[in-house]
Amino acid sequence: MLNSYKTNTLKYNSKTCTHCGMCATVCPHAVFARNDNKKIYPAQAEACMECGACQLNCPSGAIFVDSGTGCATAMILAALTGKKESRIGTESDPAVLSSGN
Amino acid sequence: MPETEKTRSSHEESGAQIRRTSNSLAFADHLDHFLARWGYKRMKHLVEPGLYSIGSPTEDSSIFVTANYTLSFDALRSSLTGVNGYILVLDTAGVNVWCAAGKGTFGTDELVNRIEVTDLQNVVSHRKLILPQLGAPGVSAHEVKERTGFKALYGPVRTNDLPEYLQTGKATPEMRKVRFTLWDRLVVSPLELVHVLIPMLVVSIALYFIFGLMSSLGAISTFLAGVILFSVLLPWLPTEDFSTKGLILGGIAALPFALITFSNHPDSELWPRAGWALTYMLAMPPVTAFLALNFTGSTTFTSKTGVRHEIFRYIPVMAVMFGLSIILAASLIIDAYRGGV
Repeated sequence: MLNSYKTNTLKYNSKTCTHCGMCATVCPHAVFARNDNKKIYPAQAEACMECGACQLNCPSGAIFVDSGTGCATAMILAALTGKKESRIGTESDPAVLSSGN
Repeated sequence: MPETEKTRSSHEESGAQIRRTSNSLAFADHLDHFLARWGYKRMKHLVEPGLYSIGSPTEDSSIFVTANYTLSFDALRSSLTGVNGYILVLDTAGVNVWCAAGKGTFGTDELVNRIEVTDLQNVVSHRKLILPQLGAPGVSAHEVKERTGFKALYGPVRTNDLPEYLQTGKATPEMRKVRFTLWDRLVVSPLELVHVLIPMLVVSIALYFIFGLMSSLGAISTFLAGVILFSVLLPWLPTEDFSTKGLILGGIAALPFALITFSNHPDSELWPRAGWALTYMLAMPPVTAFLALNFTGSTTFTSKTGVRHEIFRYIPVMAVMFGLSIILAASLIIDAYRGGV
């Protein structure tokens, strides 16, 4: 069946990442993990709910996600009135999605 | 010391005073939580922002950070049995940690401000704070460190994991995952129900006078299915999208009404009976689906992108279905007046 949650805006740049692991610490859905070489990578990107915690707590700006409140009523109203949806976290240039391997 | 008293100042200076609190919850606290869950004075379940002591803390004691919402504050302090520490309460306008973090009020600026206003650097000799993990969408730990010298450590998602976290100094992967169990879903449902109560009553009373008892019950079933039944059955309803789960649930809720309507007056003409049955099948599912779609905001796993996809995919479907049910009902009424029964 159609699944609206297959894709999201999470982007991770392994080149900028310092592998500090803050993203894995703050993520409520275990999106990030360490591989066998102890490097961080997005192990379950599809589980991302776009809360923005990783982006905000990444000290090296290696993560971009279009975070904001996922409140349907707010988004429907925004769509109908043409107003902007509320946003949280910082915005940075989208980086290349790559694994940490 | 009195165990029910939440606040008692022990310093003269207003911003830097340290109020006392305890780990025990009185009946009044539990009643407050119950009322908050049912939406009674929803934004008025407040705790004064600032610094609190629990037990007998020293300058080496841990600092726990939370929001100034009674449920958040009470969940934290009741988990700190036997702990000597400080609780730093941020001003989130009475909103819980997760939602406030999303809005930015449980945020870097407020944390930095509260550290300064409470003169925290002169209360403790260390420079560590324990934050709830779900505050992370609003707080930049490295920025807090830069601006205040305090290192923000993220504790577990749930306060009842705090004792183990304090003992081991670490949060396990399980402690860091947020869940949405049946109980979690049930506790957020009363507020959803309160929100739809008035529309539900208005619609069902109006339908009673226009079309009779069956339609009135149909309206009530639609709303209850969309709010209560949906949250209970969420993980077991087929498909991934809330809208389609809602359409299926609404269809199941509508079926008995359609069947009863169809089998009423079995000697009368087929079409009006089938037409009214179809009206239920077209009117009820989209309303249940709309309520289900709105439940995404109460969950902790639907992404903004996903909800947006759902809106653009299914709102038109819901509008068309509901619109057709109105057109159908109208044409059946016109038919009836023309003696078409």
